[in-house]
Amino acid sequence: MIGGLFIYNHKGEVLISRVYRDDIGLKLDIQIGGVQSKAPGLRNAVDAFRVNVIHARQQVRSPVTNIARTSFFHVKRSNIWLAAVTKQNVNAAMVFEFLYKMCDVMTAYFGKISEENIKNNFVLIYELLDEILDFGYPQNSETGALKTFITQQGIKGQTKEEQSQITSQVTGQIGWRREGIKYRRNELFLDVLESVNLLMSPQGQVLSAHVSGRVVMKSYLSGMPECKFGMNDKIVIDKQGKGGASDDAGKSGKQSIAIDDCTFHQCVRLSKFDSERSISFIPPDGEYELMRYRTTKDIILPFRVIPLVREVGRTKLEVKVVIKSNFKPSLLAQKIEVRIPTPLNTSGVQVICMKGKAKYKASENAIVWKIKRMAGMKESQISAEIELLPTNDKKKWARPPISMNFEVPFAPSGLKVRYLKVFESKLNYSDHDVIKWVRYIGRSGIYETRC
Amino acid sequence: MTDSKYFTTTKKGEIFELKAELNSDKKEKKKEAVKKVIASMTVGKDVSALFPDVVNCMQTDNLELKKLVYLYLMNYAKSQPDMAIMAVNTFVKDCEDPNPLIRALAVRTMGCIRVDKITEYLCEPLRKCLKDEDPYVRKTAAVCVAKLHDINAQLVEDQGFLDTLKDLISDSNPMVVANAVAALSEIAESHPNSNLLDLNPQSINKLLTALNECTEWGQIFILDCLANYTPRDDRESQSICERVTPRLSHANSAVVLSAVKVLMKFMEMLPKDLDYYGTLLKKLAPPLVTLLSAEPELQYVALRNINLIVQKRPEILKHEMKVFFVKYNDPIYVKLEKLDIMIRLASQANIAQVLAELKEYATEVDVDFVRKAVRAIGRCAIKVEQSAERCVSTLLDLIQTKVNYVVQEAIVVIKDIFRKYPNKYESVIATLCENLDSLDEPEARAAMIWIVGEYAERIDNADELLESFLEGFHDESTQVQLQLLTAIVKLFLKKPTETQELVQQVLSLATQDSDNPDLRDRGYIYWRLLSTDPVAAKEVVLAEKPLISEETDLIEPTLLEELICHIGTLASVYHKPPSAFVEGSRGVQHKRLPARAGSGESAESPDTVSTGGVSEAPPAVIPSQGDLLGDLLNLDLTPPTTTGPPPPTSSMQMGAMDLLGGGLDSLMGDDSEPSHIPLRTDTPQSPQLHHHSPSPPDYSPTELGGDIGGSPAMGASFGAPPAVMPGSFNAPVSGGLSDLFDLGGGVGMPMGAYVPPKTVWLPAMKAKGLEISGTFARRSGVVQMEMTLTNKAMSVMGDFAIQFNRNSFGLAPAGPLQVLTPFTPNQSIEVTLPLNTVGPVMKMEPLNNLQVAVKNNIDVFYFSCQYPISMLFVEDGKMERQVFLATWKDIPNDNESQFQIKDCHLNSDAASNKLQGSNIFTIAKRTVDGQDMLYQSMKLTNGIWILAELKVQAGNPNYTISLKCRAPEVAQSVFQSYEAVLKN
Repeated sequence: MIGGLFIYNHKGEVLISRVYRDDIGLKLDIQIGGVQSKAPGLRNAVDAFRVNVIHARQQVRSPVTNIARTSFFHVKRSNIWLAAVTKQNVNAAMVFEFLYKMCDVMTAYFGKISEENIKNNFVLIYELLDEILDFGYPQNSETGALKTFITQQGIKGQTKEEQSQITSQVTGQIGWRREGIKYRRNELFLDVLESVNLLMSPQGQVLSAHVSGRVVMKSYLSGMPECKFGMNDKIVIDKQGKGGASDDAGKSGKQSIAIDDCTFHQCVRLSKFDSERSISFIPPDGEYELMRYRTTKDIILPFRVIPLVREVGRTKLEVKVVIKSNFKPSLLAQKIEVRIPTPLNTSGVQVICMKGKAKYKASENAIVWKIKRMAGMKESQISAEIELLPTNDKKKWARPPISMNFEVPFAPSGLKVRYLKVFESKLNYSDHDVIKWVRYIGRSGIYETRC
Repeated sequence: MTDSKYFTTTKKGEIFELKAELNSDKKEKKKEAVKKVIASMTVGKDVSALFPDVVNCMQTDNLELKKLVYLYLMNYAKSQPDMAIMAVNTFVKDCEDPNPLIRALAVRTMGCIRVDKITEYLCEPLRKCLKDEDPYVRKTAAVCVAKLHDINAQLVEDQGFLDTLKDLISDSNPMVVANAVAALSEIAESHPNSNLLDLNPQSINKLLTALNECTEWGQIFILDCLANYTPRDDRESQSICERVTPRLSHANSAVVLSAVKVLMKFMEMLPKDLDYYGTLLKKLAPPLVTLLSAEPELQYVALRNINLIVQKRPEILKHEMKVFFVKYNDPIYVKLEKLDIMIRLASQANIAQVLAELKEYATEVDVDFVRKAVRAIGRCAIKVEQSAERCVSTLLDLIQTKVNYVVQEAIVVIKDIFRKYPNKYESVIATLCENLDSLDEPEARAAMIWIVGEYAERIDNADELLESFLEGFHDESTQVQLQLLTAIVKLFLKKPTETQELVQQVLSLATQDSDNPDLRDRGYIYWRLLSTDPVAAKEVVLAEKPLISEETDLIEPTLLEELICHIGTLASVYHKPPSAFVEGSRGVQHKRLPARAGSGESAESPDTVSTGGVSEAPPAVIPSQGDLLGDLLNLDLTPPTTTGPPPPTSSMQMGAMDLLGGGLDSLMGDDSEPSHIPLRTDTPQSPQLHHHSPSPPDYSPTELGGDIGGSPAMGASFGAPPAVMPGSFNAPVSGGLSDLFDLGGGVGMPMGAYVPPKTVWLPAMKAKGLEISGTFARRSGVVQMEMTLTNKAMSVMGDFAIQFNRNSFGLAPAGPLQVLTPFTPNQSIEVTLPLNTVGPVMKMEPLNNLQVAVKNNIDVFYFSCQYPISMLFVEDGKMERQVFLATWKDIPNDNESQFQIKDCHLNSDAASNKLQGSNIFTIAKRTVDGQDMLYQSMKLTNGIWILAELKVQAGNPNYTISLKCRAPEVAQSVFQSYEAVLKN
């Protein structure tokens, strides 16, 4: 299991170090040499990572590094390095999942992970590390539960009931929600957030396209509500279609979508999904991610990019890019940005665009074309002349793809929320009393067209 | 208030000040001081001098302060064991606290204080906490047992904590169950043979129930534990799979990967014709693809695992090629892994897309990635024949870019393509030659030189080209020097008239001016060959090269199976068994996939399949894995993939054989499933794809060894080079070569295969005057029947022909029996009949019995004879050490047989030498208490491996030999061969 956990700043100075097992770093003495200290193994493990990874000249070649039979797992958040160290054959996926979780927990407690915030909260971090990792085994790390007893307020006069409520929640089946939550207004918000990814050849052939979507829920519900979520999943609709009226099946069947795969928050009863494909759960309080999914079929590609690059002699490039919006004219896309890469030896660029603003950004080696809003079924174009400095560099310009960013008010996968039912038998509110909001946002993921 | 100020104190006398503050009366000040101490500790300052003062702060009802003091204690208790005792009282008291959070905190911290003296005080509180009414305390206590076990294993056993821990598996609280499972799994790892986890259908059922209820981490512990269980039959296997599949939809990738591990393992047991088997295969693909949308670090872990899964079960992801296309801003480690998988999934159906992608990648910036992409194009050409032409033209385009490293990489792969498709793409040589000057890497230079040498006859100025390389001969790397030597010799053999000077120059450079033994020795070989028998030289040097196989970098099957059992863990990320990077006893236990149970295919030969039995104890003759690895194998961190023999490939030409009562079938497994043992393949690993092997592609030591070894007079007639060979020749390239050098070095040991003396097979009186006596021999890798025919009749004989009855190893004449006619009365002639092993097979009794029919103009005569099985030992029967080890363990003990060889007066080295002449290869030698243990391997022509352990005790003329083989029937004959070889 995890032998130790270290947090470094960008210079490789240790901000947090928590050792769970003695075995880490014993053999490292040989590697690093002389530096003596009272905790020999530990310091050497710490140094080994600094020397070999943080201070390494080259790019990180692997998130897992083995130095002198000790394995270091690291993730980086802004300029902070989190490293888990082990000498055993640990579950590597679990270690990374834990490191991400740890980042989430810290963010939930004190906001952005930065050197300053970590130094300001180091006592809290130690307390958290003591709680969520025991002998290197991850324990309950749900922020909702942690916040009930790791408060940095010392121990308040908890009653016996409160205490046992805490422990049963931390260890219980519903570790993500505490009992006795009350709201005057029962309300929930569902956000269907999709990122649509595309890789297109210069000829307009779709090389790969997929949507990765998330359903994020904000729940402000009293008690321990039982929820049931339904969407236009093809498998469910087809199944219902068989039993139900035939014309209804025909109508809804058209709108159903094929989901390649989906994963759920741990509150969802997976065995029930597996057997009945129904999504039922008791939600955590507040914001959380209910599910993630992926689709590859019948994706609505909101924009089409048509590039044209022409080399005019050795010192000039002509670029023309047309973008076409491909959705209902009544809808508006926002925050559109097209990024056209330029060669490294560009000396000057002249741009003409019909809509929005375009600028050559030398520091980014790209022409950035921004359009605030664009309705569906429209098209717009930009043309640019790029002057090049003559070089004797043999290496050809790699022609990175043209990438695009945007936001549209629909789900490119076609996913629709059909219902979210709330049942709370013990309290006196029913499904009808809950105020529900649904919103769809489609954003560009990696949306690239090769040129 | 912020805490960062604690980090900023660096002035002198700090410790002194802190001491004062810690002893202050004010609570707030105390707390501040402890925080400062912890901050100093974090940045690496030594604050151990404050131990008593900090411990004094422990008695507090402020939980935050208490936790800080505990943190300090955990770090420094070990350096101040006597002082640490001071803390015990507080711990014991805290374990009785009414607040469960405090009880748990105390038991958790106590376990982290690794001081022997404290552990005895820990037992009583721990016992109570294990039975605490509060689940939070119990789950903490469960982990504490593992902590205590790590400090003092004996104590844990004596105190009966293990049983209490086992009871917790039935706890009502899922988290307690999960932690108990984690603790027990860890403890079990250091007691490989204990039945600690005692998994049975009932306990499995409990685990599966807890699986639905516990935290994501708990699910991982349980799944990882489940993976160690071996279901009794396919039905149980299926029902577990059914209950595990819902986990594939979990948001936590580690849960998903651990579930995949369980499924991949238990699937082995399901009959393939089962509907559920197909359903399961289909269910596995989507979650694996979804893992690729996780954060990059997890993607990396997932990709390393997918790489294994694709090798084990290519069908799962065969339609998912596109998801492995590289994205422009993927981190480099993700890109490189994706590329690997793309090549594995490349097939005729998707090759066009793949090639288009690869071409795109070859223009990126990252040098490593570009190189790998270029190399991948070469591999596609070799893998998918239909695409070869397109690949070559893509490579040519890339060469035109003149980007230095692209050109070099392209040349290296083109060489492989030449080898795979000889005489097809040589038209591109001219283009390659244009780039000669830009090559500065040894590998590319060596590849180019190989090409020039290989196609010397088509390159007009080959001699000039090679000469230009020769100028800086001593500055070149060994790889290039060796290649240059070979290439010039090839050139000389092809165009002897113009290149005499050149060849002499290179031979003298290699033999006289070089310190490198490999180079010198190869120089000598060529020199002798050329000076004694140029015709033989031509045969040897310009021999037809074995084809390279398409997938040389597959992971060796036994290792792959083990790694599949470790899906999700570090082993699967490193692609190494845990023993390669974990110290001590942990993780050394080898895991194996379960055997397919019950149904169809395995029913034919249940006793020879030896895949089952995870808990099977290693046989006593082989010391524990760890020792052997350490002592003998010098295991380092280079991936074992590069050293393992190539996996079974299509070069097996014996599908129709039904030898040894079906045993062979089970050895080979069915087509879709790689077998456990490395079977015979005719293809040496292609050095170009590996970049590790120093030997050039066309250099085939076994041939050389055979040829030269056959003419012992050669040494004498060999004039020019100094007669004494380097004495300190270490690490011979292969068995064949070392034979040769023993010869040259004047040891004079009669090497070469043992040939029994001729015996009369067919007496004249039984065959109307024809007498046949004969023997069997293996010369230069060819099995021969050497006969003396004597005509004792009164008339001339003629029209000879020979035929064999079906026999155990499919021996058959490779050509007609050629007897010079007329064969007059009283004449005696020697006839050599080469044999092959592709004839029909039938098991004989005894195994090495051969029934022969000889016909002449008079009649047909029948006789039977026995051949020494040693002549069927092939030249590449030297197993890799790791493979040997794994195979040895893999073969059940029932298949082991022991024999005594009496009155043999050789020492172990001489015995080893002698045996090697008959293709019995010594892989490792160990000396224990004056007794030499030789671990040996040999391989029969039909691919059956025999592993042997020969014990030789100095002064004792009796040897003990243990043989292990998946087909135990051969043991008796093998033993006879040992005896014959050693005693003659």
